[in-house]
Formats: sequence, structure tokens, C-alpha cells
Amino acid sequence: MNFSYLTRRALVTIPLLLGVSLILFFVLHLAPGGPTDVYADNPSVSPAALENLKRELGLDQPLPLQYVRWLGAFARGEWGFSIRSGQPVLETALERVVPTLFLGGTSFVLALLLAIPLGVFSALRRYTASDYVFTIMSFLGISMPIFWLALMLQSLFAVQLRWLPSAGLETIGDGGFLDRLRHIILPASLLAVVNIASWGRFVRSSMLDVLGLDYIRTARAKGLSERLVTYRHGFRNALIPVVTIIALDFAGILSGAVITETIFAWPGMGRLFIEAMNGRDYPVLMALLMIGSVALVFTNLLTDLVYSLIDPRIRYE
Amino acid sequence: MNNQTLEFTTSKPRDESFLARAIRRFRKHRLAQFGLVMLVILGLAAIFAPIVSSYSFDGQDAALLGQPTAPNFKHLLGTDQLGRDNFTRILHGARVSLLVGLSSALIATFLGTLIGALAGFYGAWVDSLLMRLTDVVLSIPILPLVIALSGFLRPSLPLLVLIIGGLGWMGTARLVRGQFLSLRNTDYVEASKALGGSNSRIMFRHILPNAIGPIVVSTTLAVGGAIILESALSFFGLGVQPPTPTWGNLLTGSSDFLETAPWLAAFPGLFILITVLSVNFLGDGLRDALDPRL
Repeated sequence: MNFSYLTRRALVTIPLLLGVSLILFFVLHLAPGGPTDVYADNPSVSPAALENLKRELGLDQPLPLQYVRWLGAFARGEWGFSIRSGQPVLETALERVVPTLFLGGTSFVLALLLAIPLGVFSALRRYTASDYVFTIMSFLGISMPIFWLALMLQSLFAVQLRWLPSAGLETIGDGGFLDRLRHIILPASLLAVVNIASWGRFVRSSMLDVLGLDYIRTARAKGLSERLVTYRHGFRNALIPVVTIIALDFAGILSGAVITETIFAWPGMGRLFIEAMNGRDYPVLMALLMIGSVALVFTNLLTDLVYSLIDPRIRYE
Repeated sequence: MNNQTLEFTTSKPRDESFLARAIRRFRKHRLAQFGLVMLVILGLAAIFAPIVSSYSFDGQDAALLGQPTAPNFKHLLGTDQLGRDNFTRILHGARVSLLVGLSSALIATFLGTLIGALAGFYGAWVDSLLMRLTDVVLSIPILPLVIALSGFLRPSLPLLVLIIGGLGWMGTARLVRGQFLSLRNTDYVEASKALGGSNSRIMFRHILPNAIGPIVVSTTLAVGGAIILESALSFFGLGVQPPTPTWGNLLTGSSDFLETAPWLAAFPGLFILITVLSVNFLGDGLRDALDPRL
């Protein structure tokens, strides 16, 4: 990997993100309805006042002009103010990023700790009963409608057994470490289910691919212990393709959080997105979607770079 | 020369046909057969819902009004708080959920195949343009966008299918493009060109059939994804609206009764899980059966 490749890859992200912002802006703004709809049926708000409000928000301008203005401001870091709350968008978004990363990070660590050993274990015991059980369990995980699993977990652990709180980030007036831990168990396990299943399967197949290669036979032939062959020669190389999948899923945290955060009343970006959607809060919606998109694009870029660092065979020109 | 070719074709042992080999491989995949059987049963039950169940999906039993009743012999999966038979509602929900899942996946496949075929066949600027478009759409967080669009448009059933299918073509497009790139320089394509075959004939009569395996697999798997997406949207009140029952909006109604009647929420979700699981098993089996490299 050389410097010019890096610069070129980084520069390509600019038109990519421009394209994304163009599509998002027009799709959101062209959809019927708008932020002033909440006042439309309110008799104490006159049509003239509505027009004034639209003018103040800049919504009376032609859409291309609105886009150019938004883009200019957004690129300079002026993300504007929320139509609903009047708060600065940047501040609101940053406030909500923390709980989302807290939840996403916890579930990621949980998923990693389970998926990698499970996948390796399953690969080493290919075609045995435990491998078969793992395969069926991972298919179940991949096929799981997580909003339903959320309901079932809430029903069992919060409503019937009353072991865990059913929603929220913390108990009001408490908020200690143990209290937060109790609150995060359900949503984090839920988010982890799908990742454990899909990463586990991926680790398994990657491990099987690597263990079938010639150099593994060589390693065995020269008399290395099975342990050394499996872990030093097999496992480390099997992890390389897994890194890509895991990194891309990390960027998808915003997407995944929308459903989980809504069900568990978790005050993160996902719930902010739903709130902003209900109020047609365009500046907040655009900001959140762009954050999600930037995360996707840059993780992609980063993965390519990390890939070439951990696998010396890969050289980008 | 003529003799030589003749000899070559006659001396070659007759290969097992593509279909026969696929069926033989599919038969070895027990989970895929389980999936197929489950889907056939579900599909038939959905189509013949009015015959399978003697209740109608919105028919109320006035005697059972007020509180959900537990599963019993008269009502296999119980009734909801309005005295409606839960089993019947789930069967009718299957109609909508399966229909949306299938048609969204077909739309996504159609778009993806068209875009991928054009990009892979024509190459040059057509390829650059279409693949940059694919890159852009792939860089959008799709789930939030689908949720926002459904929230804004309050879509009808066909529109919902268009939204789900219209934002799910990118994977297929990349896949088909790759297949076309590797197949467009083969001898049989050259032969068709020499015989004056038109571009569309070469693309859809000669190349596409050879790329059909991976496309079938990705379509199958897309059905599962679309069913989950539709039920998630309907669960949040953004998809199919009541009184039309779908597995998603049946869950919405039942979530108020988690304490007193948890079975009400359990069954629609179990149906989603079993359906998507069957679809994924089937897709996995088809992958094994149709992969020419194995």
C-alpha cells in the first residue's frame, strides 16, 4: 500500500458522500408532508403564520437551492437547529451518539467473545452432533425477527420473572453502574444474537477453508502439534476475512439500533431518528443519515487498509 | 475437420444434466428439504385460508369480547381481545407476509439483474456509471431510510413492495455484473456474435441462463429478508395497516398483553421465524445444488 493509493481512495469518498446526500435530501424532502403539518389542523395557527414559519425555515425556496444551502452549511460543520426542539443538531446528535455506542459496543464485545470460539469449535468438530447443533442455532439466529425476540425477552425477564428492567438506560434517581448494567443486558444480548449467528458461521467456514490449504498439510507433515497447526497456522489466517464482515457490521450500528432502541426506549441515535421522523425534523434526519453513511464509507476504507496490513499478500496499487 | 468434431462429440461421455445433478445434490441437503416442505405447507395454508379455517379474519365472537382467551380446541391459538380467532388471523397474515416477501424479492432481483447485466455486458462508461450508483446506494443506511419512507408515505401494499424491493437490488447487481464480466468473453458468446445475435439476445438468452444459479440463491435469501423487513415495519405501524392482518401488525396489537396473554405475541413471531428459517435453509440447499464449481 502506498501513499498515492491512500489519497486516491480517500478522494473517492467525496463524490460518494455527495451522491448519498443528494439522494437522501431529495427523497426526504419530496415525500409528501412537512414539518409544519403538525400545525395544519390547529385553528389558532393562521395560514399566514404557517407561511411565515415555512419562510423562516427556508422551506419556501426551490428544492435545489435548499440542497445547495444545506450542503454548504453541513460541510462547514454548521448543522443547523432541530425544527422540533430548536436545539443545535450537532449537539443533539453527539448527545445521542454516546448511548448508542455504549449499547452497540457492549453487544459487539459480547458477540465477538462468543462468535469466534463457537465458530472455531464448530469447524474443528465438523459433521459432529455439536457442529450440527451450532449450524441450526446459527440459522435460527440469522432468521430471527429481532423485534419479536425483544418482545419475548421483555415478556419473560421483565414482565413474568421481573429480573430485569424492561426499558430505558437507567432508573431515574439511580444510574449507578449496577443499575446501568441491569438495563443494558436485554438490549445488548438482543443486538448480539444476529451477530453471533452470522459471524460464527463465517468464522466456521473461513476456518474450514484455511484448514484445507496445502500449508496446513505441510505444517502437519513437519510434525507440528495439532494445537500449533490449528491456532498458529489456521486460526490467525482464518480471521483475516472475518475482519471485513465484523467491521462492516460495526458501521451498521445506527441501522440496527433503530429497532432495538425504540423497543427498549434507549435514548440513542436510533430513537432520536424515530422521534425526528415523526416531526419531519429534516436537519436532524439528514444529520443522522449522513453520520450513518459516513460511518459506512469510512469503515469500508479502513477495512481495506487494515486488510493489507494484516495480510502481507495483499498489495494495493 | 468435420470428422474430428463429430468424433469429439460422440466420444465424450454423456454428462448428467444440470437439473438432474442439482436435484441429486438438493436431496442430500435435509435442512433444505425441511424448508421446502414447510414453505409449501405454509403457502397452501395461506392460499386456502378460508377453507382451512371456518372463521373469518375479522369475525368476532361477542361472548369472548374484552380479554384474550388462551388456546383451546375451538380456537387453536386462542382469540384476541376483540374475540377474533388468532389462528385464522395468522393464516390471513401469512397471505400478506408471503406475498410481500416474494414480490419484493422478485422486484429486487429484476432491478439487480438488469443493472448488473447492463454494467457487466457493456462495460466502459455504462459500467462505471451503474456501479458508482450501486456504490452510492450501498453507502446509505438502508433500514432507517426504509423506515422513514414508510413513515412519510404511509404506503399501500404495492408501494410497500416497491420500497422494500427498490432498495434491495445492490447485492444482486454486483453479483450479476461479476457473472457477466466473466462470461462475456466465452466462446459461445463469440459464436453468437459471429452469427449476428443481437446484444439483448446474447445477454438474456446466452449469458443469463449460465448465471442463473447464484441469482436464484440470492432471490431466495432476499425473500426472508423482505418478510422480516415488512413485519418490522408493520410492527411499528409503518407498513400494512389494520384491519388487514399481517404477522407484523398482529404483534403490535398483542404487545399490550405480554403480562396476561403472552401466547398472543408468541405465535405470529414463531410463524415469521419458521418461515424465514425455512427460506434460509432452502437458500443454503439451493446454493449447494446450483453451484457449478462443486
